[in-house]
Amino acid sequence: MNARGIALLVTLCALVWGSAAFLGLDASGVFTLEALLAFGAYLAAFFPPDASGPFLAKLWIGTLETLAISAIATLLAAVSGMAVALPAAGRFGALARHAARLALNALRSIPELVFAAIMVIAAGLGPFAGTLALALHTTGVLGRLFAEALENTPREPAEALLHAGSPRVAAFFYGTLPGVLPQCIAYALYRWEINIRMAAVLGFVGAGGLGQMLHVSLSLFHQQQASAVIAAMLAVVIVVDEASALVRRRMGA
Amino acid sequence: MRLSLARDPAALPRLALALVAVAALWPGLRLTEFDPAVLLDPANAGPMGRFLAQFLPPAVTPEFLWLVGKSTLETLAIANVGIAAAFAVAFPLSLLTTRCLSLSSIGPARNWRRFAALRYPARLLLVLLRGIPELVWALLFVRAVGLGATAGVIALAITYGGMLGKVYAEIYESSATRPAGALMEAGAGRLQAFFYGVLPQALPEMVSYTVYRWECAVRASVIMGFVGAGGLGQQLELSMRMLNGAEACTILLTFLVLVLLADAASALFRRWLA
Repeated sequence: MNARGIALLVTLCALVWGSAAFLGLDASGVFTLEALLAFGAYLAAFFPPDASGPFLAKLWIGTLETLAISAIATLLAAVSGMAVALPAAGRFGALARHAARLALNALRSIPELVFAAIMVIAAGLGPFAGTLALALHTTGVLGRLFAEALENTPREPAEALLHAGSPRVAAFFYGTLPGVLPQCIAYALYRWEINIRMAAVLGFVGAGGLGQMLHVSLSLFHQQQASAVIAAMLAVVIVVDEASALVRRRMGA
Repeated sequence: MRLSLARDPAALPRLALALVAVAALWPGLRLTEFDPAVLLDPANAGPMGRFLAQFLPPAVTPEFLWLVGKSTLETLAIANVGIAAAFAVAFPLSLLTTRCLSLSSIGPARNWRRFAALRYPARLLLVLLRGIPELVWALLFVRAVGLGATAGVIALAITYGGMLGKVYAEIYESSATRPAGALMEAGAGRLQAFFYGVLPQALPEMVSYTVYRWECAVRASVIMGFVGAGGLGQQLELSMRMLNGAEACTILLTFLVLVLLADAASALFRRWLA
């Protein structure tokens, strides 16, 4: 190991130590016998997960709700993302381009959970707030990706249609859109995958789905129901992971 | 608009497909209680309008800025300690799960069954750690250890430990396996083979990925604050709960600047290492 590496390592260690000191973390407080026993008792209350019939039915509804939130939000975001991507790709002049880019950047950099907390104020508790929150953040992400796709697609087909006398809207639908659509759909599906995972936790601020069930059952100290909800979340994440890997392998091969 | 359905031979199938898609989405709209009209309901629009109207001007009283500054440092500190703890979780697990140190890859080994039997539980543990989102861990640990930074650090250590562990193992496996194999064939122990045969090649990529994860951890630690795990997020949650738009605006702007700076710092660091 050279001198630069050692200096780096020392700096990093100092940084972590300083951070821990600033937070007032005390590892010895966490690892005492009493603390560990109390924590063990806390964990034990989560088992066995509640697998009674009525609760499983509620869990199934919550899972469907989570899937619906993510699907509707992604669809909304794909439509509105395309609507903002057109000016962002410079199709309506430089001023509209800058304004659209600024809007997309703002939407993209505010996390879903913050939007969800705001939307709960605007739309009340429930899955609709979660849908709007996810849609807003995803519009920022997809809008930027769509704008890049629009900029990179060849202009000739649309120009040929325009020269042949076609209206601008028809030239877009028959000359530009077919070229970018496959890429846009791929982006939207990729975001949907991420949104399913996000929709599962957005409920912590009251925005519906499995997250809200978990928050409620933890708040009521129904730990066994909480662990069942966590198991459902884990199942959703693993199924989505495997499904998307399968689809990718099929499409790639 | 005369797009003239008659001249587009695919128009009818496309229309039919669109109708089928809408029909398929109908249950989804019902499940999400989709109803834009609630946004205009005075019971919602009133508080929301007041909240947004307060955004300008942002709150800039010295006491509040001091509080925001302290929370920002706390968020950064949570990310730093969280990533360090995640590394401590991930590194041993990545050694246990990687296939490239497998003795049976160089020939019949005496007790390979014992090591192979260890590999699968370790792999399952990694899946469990990273499969549950950090926000869920944070929510659980806030209830176990109380409000504050500790819950955030533990949540990061668990989820990011799982992610780093998986990616480290993949990095070892994607680097050339010959040096480690040669060392083990010459009689080196597995740890020796790792430190002299695998680590030198894998290190740059590992560092780069860890720095990227640090950047994600900064963002995550802000978000985890929403469930009470300390830092900027906890302040934001408080301001929002009190519908104080001016404070929320200041914190949001701070958050945006923090994320931009973390982005820049991580890019700079990675370029400096390369």
